[in-house]
Amino acid sequence: MTRAARWSALSRAALALLLAWLVVFPILMAARAAADPTALSAFAHRGTEWRALWASVWISVVSVLLSAAIGVPLAFLFEWFDFPGRKTLGALVALPAVLPPFVGVISFLFLYGESGFVSRAVQGLLGLSQPPWRLQGPGAILLVHAYSMYVYFYLFTRAGLAKLDASMLEAAQVLGAGRRAVLTRVVLPLIRPSLGGAALLVFMTALGSFSAPYVFGGGFRVMTTQIVTSKLNGEMGLAMVETVALAAVALVGVGLLRRTERDDILVALGKGTAPRPRPIRRPLARAIATAAGWVFAVVLLLPHLTLVLVSLVPYGTWTTETLPPVLSLVNYHRLAAEPERLAPLLNSAWMALASTAGAVVLALAAGQLVGRGRPGRWRGVIEGLIALPWALPGTVFAVALALTFSASLPPLRYVLVGTVAILPLAYLVRSLPITGRALLAGFRQLDPALDEAAASLGAGRWVTFRRVTLPLVKPALMAGASLAFVGALGDFVASIVLYTYDNRPISIEIMSSLRLSEIGIAAAFGVILMVASAAVLAVGARR
Amino acid sequence: MTYLALQDLRVRFSPTVEIGPVSLDIAKGEILALLGPSGSGKTTILRMLAGFEAPQSGRIVVDGEDVTTLPPARRHFGMVFQHYALFPHLDVGENVAFGLTGRGKGEAGNVGSRVSEALRLVDLAGFERRRVHELSGGQQQRVALARALAPAPRVLLLDEPLSNLDPALRERTRRELRTLIQRVGITTVFVTHEQDEAFDLGDRVAVLQQGRLEQVGTPEDLYERPATLFVATFVGRANVLTDGAARALGGAPGEMLVVRPEALRFGAAGLAAVVRERRYTGVAAFYVVEAESGERLEVMAAPDAAAVGARVHVTTTRAMRFPAAG
Repeated sequence: MTRAARWSALSRAALALLLAWLVVFPILMAARAAADPTALSAFAHRGTEWRALWASVWISVVSVLLSAAIGVPLAFLFEWFDFPGRKTLGALVALPAVLPPFVGVISFLFLYGESGFVSRAVQGLLGLSQPPWRLQGPGAILLVHAYSMYVYFYLFTRAGLAKLDASMLEAAQVLGAGRRAVLTRVVLPLIRPSLGGAALLVFMTALGSFSAPYVFGGGFRVMTTQIVTSKLNGEMGLAMVETVALAAVALVGVGLLRRTERDDILVALGKGTAPRPRPIRRPLARAIATAAGWVFAVVLLLPHLTLVLVSLVPYGTWTTETLPPVLSLVNYHRLAAEPERLAPLLNSAWMALASTAGAVVLALAAGQLVGRGRPGRWRGVIEGLIALPWALPGTVFAVALALTFSASLPPLRYVLVGTVAILPLAYLVRSLPITGRALLAGFRQLDPALDEAAASLGAGRWVTFRRVTLPLVKPALMAGASLAFVGALGDFVASIVLYTYDNRPISIEIMSSLRLSEIGIAAAFGVILMVASAAVLAVGARR
Repeated sequence: MTYLALQDLRVRFSPTVEIGPVSLDIAKGEILALLGPSGSGKTTILRMLAGFEAPQSGRIVVDGEDVTTLPPARRHFGMVFQHYALFPHLDVGENVAFGLTGRGKGEAGNVGSRVSEALRLVDLAGFERRRVHELSGGQQQRVALARALAPAPRVLLLDEPLSNLDPALRERTRRELRTLIQRVGITTVFVTHEQDEAFDLGDRVAVLQQGRLEQVGTPEDLYERPATLFVATFVGRANVLTDGAARALGGAPGEMLVVRPEALRFGAAGLAAVVRERRYTGVAAFYVVEAESGERLEVMAAPDAAAVGARVHVTTTRAMRFPAAG
């Protein structure tokens, strides 16, 4: 083996070890803690545990079905038909994506909760003495899930449809297939990988969803809220068993759904031109499509607008009126002027920045070491380690990290719980799959001849990396980094388990403000989070 | 006087796939073509020269310096890649300047003038600020050439330099390439699987097959005096005759004859055959004739020399003799 080959094998092994320590070791620690007879028997004998586990599963499955029912038809409508406002509406439809989960949940609270705008309006219209409904239980959770997760089906299906070759559909028609047959026998089988990918993403997101069950669940528990409750009650052993149970369900889900995602035949066939959107000609149908589109867009925008409106309500000025009587910027002013209010903003910013930087560096290392050329022994290992945190709910990782870093056993374990370091570490682990996936894809697209060209022109490894590789993977890097940053900035799941007062992030501050009924402040934090997320995502998407 | 020497280069990929040993001496300013079918090892040899593949044994010597273990970045060889490998994030000028600034030498002052000089050389003066993807295939090829030549390398390596161009452009580019290389006077090694290209561009041609060097020589040597049966059949069109057909054309027993189509004539005596096909090409026609023993031969003759179905006799003016296989 040459020196260079030995060196690169060594760095691959080192990277794999580091990643294993970050993502596998904590899970193993949790599994070891879960192998405790008392805790196992407590889990097995309590009906609440099994009910929570079952609730997690069925809520996730129904979330997939609801999201598909909304997202798939919408995708067909926007991809295949043309009507006034199609372009604008098509972009608006992806709006729920810029709402961090916890912010989405509180805006639903302001909108459809017992004292929300819609409830007040209905109550006022019908002259009821009670709010018309209570936003609680599985129905409320599913409503939030459907709102925030249909976007995956919408985007994936549109991407799948855009890859179709129009001549394939024409071929089916020439062979005598009617509209329905073209759809069921040609289009759906071809976009199946897209649908499978979206289903997997929604299932995993719903299974790991914490904010909605936490705020709207009431007595209805899913596994994520159950784990946090057990931990708060000091039942660490039980929390570990629950964590491992949820992790197992997640891995089974990934295993089952991964199959549909595989074998993307469209890639193998090469691309043709996608069918052009067909104008809707009948005036009535056209009017209906346009009107429905706009109504839908307004419904989608309501949470964002609500958040903005509530953020303008000064403390104690809004009681029984349908709409708030006083609006001012005082809440924003307080955020900037009061140091203890400004702190969460700064905390979230630096922690998101640090964790994203760490995740990007690890992903770059992975890309440089195994991202291109022939698949080697380490490639599968490193790719698998990077993807693993994605397959496990955030609560699982947060609890596992809390356990692992509550004792000292160098070089494997350090006491980080209670320090400001553990939360950015958790964000970093959660960001790994996002930055890793983006950058590995970026590296895979690099032509190896470019490296060789640089070398033949006298550039060493570092110069080649800086002047050729890095500029070429920059779009992938920006896309991955922006998603990771936004995820960390708005995180609630890991934060609620691992935060300390010194590094309390925005989402935790929103929760405390709500507890103190300072809804204006809570909403102002939400607006800032929403705007920052949208801005960062816009930067990341720029080519 | 040898400038670039390949001495017993050998690399083994698996028990059955081995390249070499290959030895070649290339003079300063010479253009050498590596010609062979795919899998013959020609690209591997070029990549060993560039430093992207390491030979398991043997040496590469340039101007008296052993560069066998030198990394590509320190060899000062220029290379034009098959798909050009132009950096898509840089414009034409930045691509050409890459090798001038990459070494970190403080010569920034004249980088600009060396870039425009290199671009003028390939007839792309003023193209500095163009984006790479706006260029045609032929222009991209020339930018790749300018980029490789700009740092004034010791040796120029070209990997199938014309394979990405459409046929109409290929012939013209081939002539321009030859003129340019000769004007620069740089020692050049290039890989091709096309005989025309090798003959047109190369001062000498090295023919490779299954990792082995079959023959090195001028195009004329290879065509007129092939050293092996493989070279005889791979370079140019050839009829391979054995047994009765060979003896009918003057071969000794146990001898195999290789005859070019233009070395066959229709005559009054010789090998009796029937014309099966006629392919008209303008100046001449190619006739496929079938001997009584079933062997098929290709004969080049005047367009009106014979008609399909006619019974003819074939003689040869010049046959190359090889011992029969086995």
